[in-house]
Amino acid sequence: MAQMNMKEAIRDAIRVELKNDPNVIVFGEDVGKVGGVFRATEGLQAEFGETRVFDTPLAESAIGGLAVGLGIQGFRPVAEIQFVGFIFEAMDQMFIQAARMRYRSGGRYNSPIVFRTPFGGGVKAAELHTDSLEGLAIQTPGIKVVVPSNPYDAKGLLVSAIRDNDPVFFMEHLNLYHAFRDEVPEDAYTVPIGKAKVVREGKDVTIIAYGLMVHTAVKAAEELEKSGVSAEVIDLRTLLPLDIDTIVASIQKTNRAIVVQEAQKTSGAAAEIIAQINEKAILHLEAPVLRCAGPDTVYPFAQIEDAWLPTTARIVKTVNQVLQF
Amino acid sequence: MSKVSLETPANQTAGHAAHEVRSDNVVPLQVLSPEGEVVNAERMPKLSDDQLKEIMYRMVFTRTWDDRAVNLGRQGRLGFYAPVSGQEATMVGSEYALSKEDFIAPGYRDMPQIVWHGLPLYQAFLYSRGHQHGGQIPEGVNVLMPQIIIGAQILHATGVAMAFKLKGEKRVAITYTGDGGSSEGDFYEGLNFAGSFKLPVIYFVQNNGYAITTPYAKQTGAQSIAHKALAAGIRGLQVDGMDVLAVISAVQEAAEIARNGGGATLIEGLTYRFRPHSMADDTTKYRTKEEEAEWSPRDPLVRFGKYLEKKGLWTDEDTARVKEEAKNAVNEHIKKAEQTEKMTVNGLIDSMFEHTPPHLEEQKADFQ
Repeated sequence: MAQMNMKEAIRDAIRVELKNDPNVIVFGEDVGKVGGVFRATEGLQAEFGETRVFDTPLAESAIGGLAVGLGIQGFRPVAEIQFVGFIFEAMDQMFIQAARMRYRSGGRYNSPIVFRTPFGGGVKAAELHTDSLEGLAIQTPGIKVVVPSNPYDAKGLLVSAIRDNDPVFFMEHLNLYHAFRDEVPEDAYTVPIGKAKVVREGKDVTIIAYGLMVHTAVKAAEELEKSGVSAEVIDLRTLLPLDIDTIVASIQKTNRAIVVQEAQKTSGAAAEIIAQINEKAILHLEAPVLRCAGPDTVYPFAQIEDAWLPTTARIVKTVNQVLQF
Repeated sequence: MSKVSLETPANQTAGHAAHEVRSDNVVPLQVLSPEGEVVNAERMPKLSDDQLKEIMYRMVFTRTWDDRAVNLGRQGRLGFYAPVSGQEATMVGSEYALSKEDFIAPGYRDMPQIVWHGLPLYQAFLYSRGHQHGGQIPEGVNVLMPQIIIGAQILHATGVAMAFKLKGEKRVAITYTGDGGSSEGDFYEGLNFAGSFKLPVIYFVQNNGYAITTPYAKQTGAQSIAHKALAAGIRGLQVDGMDVLAVISAVQEAAEIARNGGGATLIEGLTYRFRPHSMADDTTKYRTKEEEAEWSPRDPLVRFGKYLEKKGLWTDEDTARVKEEAKNAVNEHIKKAEQTEKMTVNGLIDSMFEHTPPHLEEQKADFQ
């Protein structure tokens, strides 16, 4: 066991898989020599060589296409898109070409690719660095969407993603890279894709969240505790496939729920989660399931970011609306 | 097609052939004249009489299959189909110049290349009819399914070439697009990655003068598509795409260079499609009778046929025999396609992922 922050855990996951499997290769803009703009691949080129970890020209679509071509030839690419806003350049290759390869070829070919990308607000970044674009990904058949919230899960989920024989969109929250350290095993281990986790038990209301919002939700739950409200917090960890069973089990106990997401309201994962709750647990609900999310605007300029993003106070308020319904 | 100068560009580096792009001047490589005379013996590919006959066989077969496919389309027995008549030299020739270990990433019109590379014809028909088995490429056949997103295949070939390079295999990837495709961002990105990593890949642009209704001059101000290689630092050359021996010579040379670590080549083949863009297209709205009359004598089958006749290797009876064989083969394969078991929604669901996730398992119940 070692103390690692999420960035170090991610690097460690890539490192153990580079070691375990000679077909794993890592590439993207500036990921080689300097180890990425966030140093998430630091030292890997020095350890494994330039044929395993390398820099590419600045072109996201070609990075995606390179991954698809390498994938059908037996490699297991871990491709990095430097910031989330730049996935638009690579969307055909990620969400059409890689996501459909198995289906279009009737299983003859597949795309065992991980597309890593940093995203997420609260760090005063420039435009199009922090948008929450998971909603675009979860409406894409053929890809899996993973959003870890802590170092332990990040490593285990990334090892699972690299070993998965289908493409995984792996979203790393910028505000969590260096936020805190956790005990992380030094060897390879996996956290299953498609399984949520109850991170705080409660009996009055369920707060469903992912990414940074898990931590904001836990803080809100602590706040609510003071006024005698017991909130259960679920960290989804994977948005596609969604672990609806864990959500339903929690609602059967609490009978009330809200979904917290950093993305604007008409986006993200919340709407789909609520639809599935309606299909599977409506008779257990005492109140409608509400969303706590950003407003339906373009992602805010850095100056008003903190006011735009869901806060502890807004989560508490949304929970109270559900409780008082 | 505009007349091009046969003069050697003034600033051409010594050792580079005239058809290689070096300045604003380009001369298409030609081996046979339209009359079937050898005009460039130096670039004559080394081919035995049997090989020459096999190439003619494949071109006649492909023309007959195209004729039949158009009719089958009208009868509703085929679905999506992009005609190929006129492009037999670029399609058959470029595939013939490679070996079976080499990899093809085709565009949607490039069915002949992947069939001659090993995809059974009935699967090509299934692809046209919209059946998943059409894309289930047999093991050992090194091709991708036809690509609908123009430009995407260019990047896939680039990635495959990167795999060959990383594994130290002396294999080459080839990919095809049309003149319109050379305007896509992915076209440039692919060429540029290949230039940066020195990858063993051939980018073959079949320039038939039109992207659906849009003529070449509206795609670019560049004198040739071959010139676009300069922007990526790879070799570029132009060939007479109605001359199958010139196509073979160009691709063999590019493959040889690629196998020996010399990097990528962009080849522009000047060609013409005798038929519409697709079955939904009407050429009378944008092409003139004069233009068609200008191109029709340049038919690659006529030119190569004349050459073979003079060598005593081919007769009209041979053409008639191959046409008959091709018709029979098409009939047999379309029957096989029609008799292929129908797909099911649940079968499709199961083909999405290696392990079908719970939500998809659940959705199967709606289609029992």
